[in-house]
Amino acid sequence: MTDRLASVPRLRPGFRFQWEPAQNAHVLLYPEGMVRLNESAGAVLKEIDGERTVAAIVAVLEQQFPDAGSLQTDVSDFLSDAEQKHWILFT
Amino acid sequence: MNDHHPMPGGDRPGIGPPLWLLAELTYRCPLQCPYCSNPLDFAQTAQELSTAEWVRVLRQGRQMGAAQLGFSGGEPLVRQDLPELIAEARQLGYYTNLITSGLGLTEAKVGAFRDAGLDHIQVSFQASDPELNNAVAGSRKAFDHKLAMARAVKDAGYPMVLNFVIHRHNIHQMSDIMSLCERLGADYVELATCQYYGWAFENREGLMPSRAQLEKAETEVNAYRQRLAAADSAMKLIFVTPDYYEERPKACMNGWGSLFLTVAPDGTALPCHSARLLPIDFPNVRDTDLHRIWYDSPGFNHYRGDSWMPEPCRSCDEKGRDFGGCRCQAFLLTGNADNADPVCGKSPHHDRILAARTAAEHATAGIDGLIYRNADNSKLLFRG
Repeated sequence: MTDRLASVPRLRPGFRFQWEPAQNAHVLLYPEGMVRLNESAGAVLKEIDGERTVAAIVAVLEQQFPDAGSLQTDVSDFLSDAEQKHWILFT
Repeated sequence: MNDHHPMPGGDRPGIGPPLWLLAELTYRCPLQCPYCSNPLDFAQTAQELSTAEWVRVLRQGRQMGAAQLGFSGGEPLVRQDLPELIAEARQLGYYTNLITSGLGLTEAKVGAFRDAGLDHIQVSFQASDPELNNAVAGSRKAFDHKLAMARAVKDAGYPMVLNFVIHRHNIHQMSDIMSLCERLGADYVELATCQYYGWAFENREGLMPSRAQLEKAETEVNAYRQRLAAADSAMKLIFVTPDYYEERPKACMNGWGSLFLTVAPDGTALPCHSARLLPIDFPNVRDTDLHRIWYDSPGFNHYRGDSWMPEPCRSCDEKGRDFGGCRCQAFLLTGNADNADPVCGKSPHHDRILAARTAAEHATAGIDGLIYRNADNSKLLFRG
């Protein structure tokens, strides 16, 4: 995954990420399905805009959560998992 | 849906919001599939909701927390106000799904719906070849048009979801169906074995696959899945097997009034699209708002919780997992919707499931023996 730091993740076509007040959570919506995301998954997906690289996303999150230490491994692992689930694609 | 945890933010303790709203816009349909889930008496249904009434329903549902919206039917494309409803739904923040036979769809509409904000179009097929497809659909030109529309959907950038209803007359085509889907570039393929409600219940003996047919199909699907995984393909196969071959019932709708809310063409609000057949008085969105319907109506509270359960469900340690199965199936097979779903091996009525399995072993009738879903047959069955 370290070689992925320079690549740009984006949501797979047909997937939508949004905040749902009724569920008090971010969700990922796709054809006839919905995943309710936990706080950290929501925080990472929120920074995916189709332009930022993985490294840039890590930097943004480390700024948002200064007490969390290095987030590179956590973010990389999550994105790798999200790719395997076919939620996101890398370009 | 993947997430079934009780949601915070509901307005009543223990009752979460309806996250899934199914808008059955019409019972009108150009096809006559003999396994249609619409009620047998669809031809008697009162006037369809107006555009303004649907918009009100969509707003109320979204306000309550519904996030997934299905436009279904009948064939939803026969509603001329569909683009307007799509635009309203998308603007409200719904993920909008159009569930269609593809008949009545054109490339121009595919594009116009995209512009209106539609997220996804699911096209249904009846078989992997034109002859069988058109025979099951009761339409001579359906297949070629469906293929063209599936391609148009893909070209317009939608995720492609193809749905095949599987029964004893097309289950032998499983491999052909999956390779057709792969060639078309499908993202999701639903191989949905008939669920025996509505017209499919009337035609059960002519539709239900034998166990041998089912096992062969399962082997083929599993092999295909392995091939897809090895190729790191994103195409996902969803194989829904008939619960008639299970020993425990399905957790129908994830529990009564738990996640799903269906609004029928005439405004009747239902906990699932089959529940209309139950001897329960369901409210109508024409005279009650959705919030009240969901949280306070006797119809939606009828089978919530487990205090309504008779034995063997009442003392069963699995009741929290399957909620006693499906109320509609209990009603259709035992005449009393309170009973345990006869799919369950613990049900005193399980013999009815076993009899259906035996019948499937010996069935010989062809598809010409099926009762097709059309207005004439609807009036005939309803009178009979």
